[in-house]
Amino acid sequence: MAALLLIASTFSVAYIIDRGPWITSVRVAPEQPIEFSHKHHVKDDGIDCRYCHTSVETSGYAGIPPTETCMTCHSQIWSNATVTAPIRESWASGKSIEWTRVHDLPDFVYFNHSIHINKGIGCSTCHGQVNEMSLTYKVNTLNMNWCLNCHREPERFIRPKSEVFNIDYQYPPDQMELGKKLVAEYHVHSLTDCVTCHR
Amino acid sequence: MKDSVNHNSPFIPIESLLEPPRKRVTDLQELREKLASGNGPQFWRTLEEAAESEELHEYIEQEFPGLSGQIPQGVDRRSLLKVMGASLALAGAAACTKQPKELIVPYVRQPENIIPGMPLFYATAMPLHGYARGLLVESHLNRPTKVEGNPDHPASLGSTGIFEQGSILNLYDPDRSQTVLREGRISTYSEFTGLFSTAAQGITERKGEGLAILTGVTTSPTLISQMQALSTSNPAVKWYVHEPSVNPAMASAARKIAGKNAFVSYDLSKADVIVSLDADFLTNGPASVVYSKQFSARRAVEGGNKRNRYYAIECTQTVGGSIADHRFPVKSSQIAVVAYQLAKALGVNAPDAPGAAAPSWLNAVVQDLQGAKGRSVVIPGEFQPESVHLAAHAINAALGNIGQTVILYEGVEPEGTHSTEELVSDLNNGHVETLIILGPNPVYSAASTLNFKDAIRKARLVVRLGQMFDETSLFSHWHIPEAHYLETWSDSRAFDGTITIQQPLIEPLYGGKSAHEILSILIGKPDQTSHDAVKSYWQTQYKAADFQTFWQRSLHDGWVNVPKSGILNPSGSIALPVLPAADANAVEIVFRPDPTIGDGTWSNNGWLQELPKPQTKMTWDNVVLVSPKDAQAQHIAGADLVEVTVDGRTIKGPAWIAPGLPEGSFTITFGYGRSGSGRVGNEIGYNAYSIQNAAMPYVTTGTAKGTGVHYRIANTQETQTMAGRAPVRAADIAEFSEHPNFPTNEEEFKPLTQEENEYKPWPYTGYKWGMTIDLNVCTGCSACIIACQSENNIAVVGKDQVARGRHMHWIRVDRYYHGNLDNPEVYNQPIPCMHCEQAPCEVVCPVAATVHSNEGINEMVYNRCVGTRYCSNNCPYKVRRFNFYLFSDWNTQSLYGMRNPDVTVRSRGVMEKCSYCIQRIQENKIKTEKEGRTIRDGEVLTACQQVCPTNAITFGNLNDKKSKVAQLQALQRNYNLLDDLNTRPRTTYLGYVRNPNEALKG
Repeated sequence: MAALLLIASTFSVAYIIDRGPWITSVRVAPEQPIEFSHKHHVKDDGIDCRYCHTSVETSGYAGIPPTETCMTCHSQIWSNATVTAPIRESWASGKSIEWTRVHDLPDFVYFNHSIHINKGIGCSTCHGQVNEMSLTYKVNTLNMNWCLNCHREPERFIRPKSEVFNIDYQYPPDQMELGKKLVAEYHVHSLTDCVTCHR
Repeated sequence: MKDSVNHNSPFIPIESLLEPPRKRVTDLQELREKLASGNGPQFWRTLEEAAESEELHEYIEQEFPGLSGQIPQGVDRRSLLKVMGASLALAGAAACTKQPKELIVPYVRQPENIIPGMPLFYATAMPLHGYARGLLVESHLNRPTKVEGNPDHPASLGSTGIFEQGSILNLYDPDRSQTVLREGRISTYSEFTGLFSTAAQGITERKGEGLAILTGVTTSPTLISQMQALSTSNPAVKWYVHEPSVNPAMASAARKIAGKNAFVSYDLSKADVIVSLDADFLTNGPASVVYSKQFSARRAVEGGNKRNRYYAIECTQTVGGSIADHRFPVKSSQIAVVAYQLAKALGVNAPDAPGAAAPSWLNAVVQDLQGAKGRSVVIPGEFQPESVHLAAHAINAALGNIGQTVILYEGVEPEGTHSTEELVSDLNNGHVETLIILGPNPVYSAASTLNFKDAIRKARLVVRLGQMFDETSLFSHWHIPEAHYLETWSDSRAFDGTITIQQPLIEPLYGGKSAHEILSILIGKPDQTSHDAVKSYWQTQYKAADFQTFWQRSLHDGWVNVPKSGILNPSGSIALPVLPAADANAVEIVFRPDPTIGDGTWSNNGWLQELPKPQTKMTWDNVVLVSPKDAQAQHIAGADLVEVTVDGRTIKGPAWIAPGLPEGSFTITFGYGRSGSGRVGNEIGYNAYSIQNAAMPYVTTGTAKGTGVHYRIANTQETQTMAGRAPVRAADIAEFSEHPNFPTNEEEFKPLTQEENEYKPWPYTGYKWGMTIDLNVCTGCSACIIACQSENNIAVVGKDQVARGRHMHWIRVDRYYHGNLDNPEVYNQPIPCMHCEQAPCEVVCPVAATVHSNEGINEMVYNRCVGTRYCSNNCPYKVRRFNFYLFSDWNTQSLYGMRNPDVTVRSRGVMEKCSYCIQRIQENKIKTEKEGRTIRDGEVLTACQQVCPTNAITFGNLNDKKSKVAQLQALQRNYNLLDDLNTRPRTTYLGYVRNPNEALKG
């Protein structure tokens, strides 16, 4: 009996650790070279996601902005602030800013941003309320079972294409009804074949 | 470098000591009788398979031979399970992997048009023996990753051969020379230019006296104009050309025919009858890809095409010869005799050929040719002497083929160059003070009679530009790293004169320089870059105001819109030289470039080393090809070392008994036995140049005798067998017109009917992917294998592992022999994964790591695989490959850039196999979904399909009845491999149809 309890508790602890933030990094904001605040840029300044993440509609990668994009504003405003000093250094030296990846998938997973954006999956569905994050962290585990929640039932998470970049979007009470309609309209397939993501 | 093989890896023990030598067939007479009596197997890949020896049976019963010996003894099932139990308990914890910290490094200024995740394709060209092969090269974030043919380029038409595919690995080869060396010490390029500019001034003051430039064959207009500029300021400069795998007799014969520099090319699309005189026209030469396209299109048996007929009169089996309708083995030295006999029979005024009477089959060939005047072609062998080329031209002229199937273009090679022999004599006579070597490696690849090593010491200053610090660099005062063709600007011309401006895709990785830059120093412009040299040349050629538009257009298209070479129409007849008397029975030694390593240029390329050589299927070695009759007479068994002696100089190499090779002829190949190649290519094989005679470079008399010493070879046809079971189905054209369904009309080949089938058919509602391979046109050139390797990040495993059947190629090309041991029919059969609808591999996987997709693809999920290898065991086609060790090189930094970022780099302990290039399917699905449409036919090309020079492979959506693949699968010639197993493969084959001459039957 004791042995069984021991085994059970070992597995429970292992499970909790496995799904907890220490492993998944959920709600853990890694240290970054610049204390960049999405909250400030998105909520306070009202900058669209695509101003910086330019290739999110066309490429698998959303795109991390080049220093040049930062300098479009920061050559004019906050141009002497300590917090923006690494941008100026990068601009002057020609050396890239090295960000730490927040949403990091294993190398055997091939995720494509553009197809999700084009099929009515909003940014906040996966990335959460980025406009509320002073420091950027992830809100979902990005584990495979989490991906499959949507890949099995896209109608639960789909939204009108016009709302994809609306970071404050709230799902309507009749989401299942609307979802089914949108799934048909956008020709969304429930793709659960392994090769959808693993190649 | 281990895309390439790391012999020192702790993960790859040298296991060869554990394995006893293979027993090979020794009694060839018994085998010959067995095959003649019809009791032997119908189709066989090796002599051992043909002999059906008990030993071979045991060998192939083990899927991966030599493995059982490695399982530790003394572990019983019970204790194994105990240990396993502990592993299983821990298995649940395996998911607890914390992702390591990963950086994102964005641009400071993002270049226009570069979007991470979206590859770009640039048009350029690879000069192969000087002639351009037009390419489109895929670039991910400015790193070239994959080479494709340029569909708009006349020498490519969208396909390539094996070398273009392999060239990408040469770019990233960590063994490339990385610094300027002055007498072996590290120096700098600026020190070199400083000193060399001063030396150049001195040379110019002496009008170029004592200056020698050595290059390979080149067609670069910029380089030629630079050489002209050089000889204007230095009139005494001499230009030498060293290209060991190009026979100078071809150019000299063309010059005699046309009265000037010319290139003889063929239009096989108009040829009903093709006769080759030892020609390997489908893989050798600047137009081989084009010939392959034209030739294969005329082999179609459906759609009202008049199928061509091809007679191969040849010595060593060539790629083209393997699919000839009639193949006549003739000793290489006797080809000229046959050519003259053929010429005489066709009414050409040829001198009497010495020796034997005309062979019995000659008359039938003559009659066939006479019946196809203006629609036939006789192609002389690339390595045959001038007399054969002249005779072939005379025959073509007599048949009225000139201007029809034979087209003479104005030559694009420079005039007035000198040979390696002249260079050696000039060096020995003290006429050369400064020798500039731009590329070639004559210390290794000059014929041994020239003693190049001694000659090169006589020059006072030797400057070498080379990609590797090789044999010649050792004998040079200065070694300058050479830029790869993907790293530098240049230009080159195709066989028909089409010019491509070669644009680089990447900065030189190791500061490499080009020939243009070295020549610029000599003509007093030491700071001129390759780009400036090429562009300023073109500014002199195109003087209109819109030069920039012209330049951009040319770079974009991959060819320059200026007139091609003119077509020559020589009318005068040429007197054929009298053939020297020769003993037809003397033993001859034939020298050829290696099928995958060439003249040695490619020897450090792991992909090409491990690519099974077409026909022999040897890897990692060059062999001595021995005819079955010689082997029998001398008691030489396969893989025994053979001593080949020419004029007292000897090499030793393993014998390979080559069915179809004429008696008394031994073939050896160049490219091996190197010391200056690098970690991959050093110290393997024998050096054929070391017994080569410059006066008779490609065939000479000599002796060959067996030593009885066994040598361990790595041949890929000894494992992965389908054990007979009619993998290849063939018929004569007459039989085909009577039974168009010949591949499937026998009861034993029929699958179960739907009623008998226990499985319910799956409704494939969306895409239904399928592939068809036309055996009728596959030449076995193996470009598909290496294209797949490049596209899918397939690892190189090394000789030891290949010998154990553990090579990783996702597609293999089986070569089957049929019939007579001394001149069998040959069939080539590419075997990728069949993607069976009822796949035997899927049902045995305990962890569902291989499953079926909704589109009918047999998926392999690496991250689920635990390596039981049950799937591979249960695969009747033997197409699954297992990573027994960490075969992929995860450590060598320079190789990272080469990998296809869309395909996982596999680790140790997982199974892998052909995925139908799933990454390309997914890419196109995403692209078309965004555009709100479905994938069009021909939009997704698999890597093997795209590269195939004969269009043998077709891939597409079977649910689209208009797709090419659906139409081909609807042909009666279509059949499934091992259909009786009820696997319902998605990859199907089209039966082979021969077009023999009725007069030669029986």
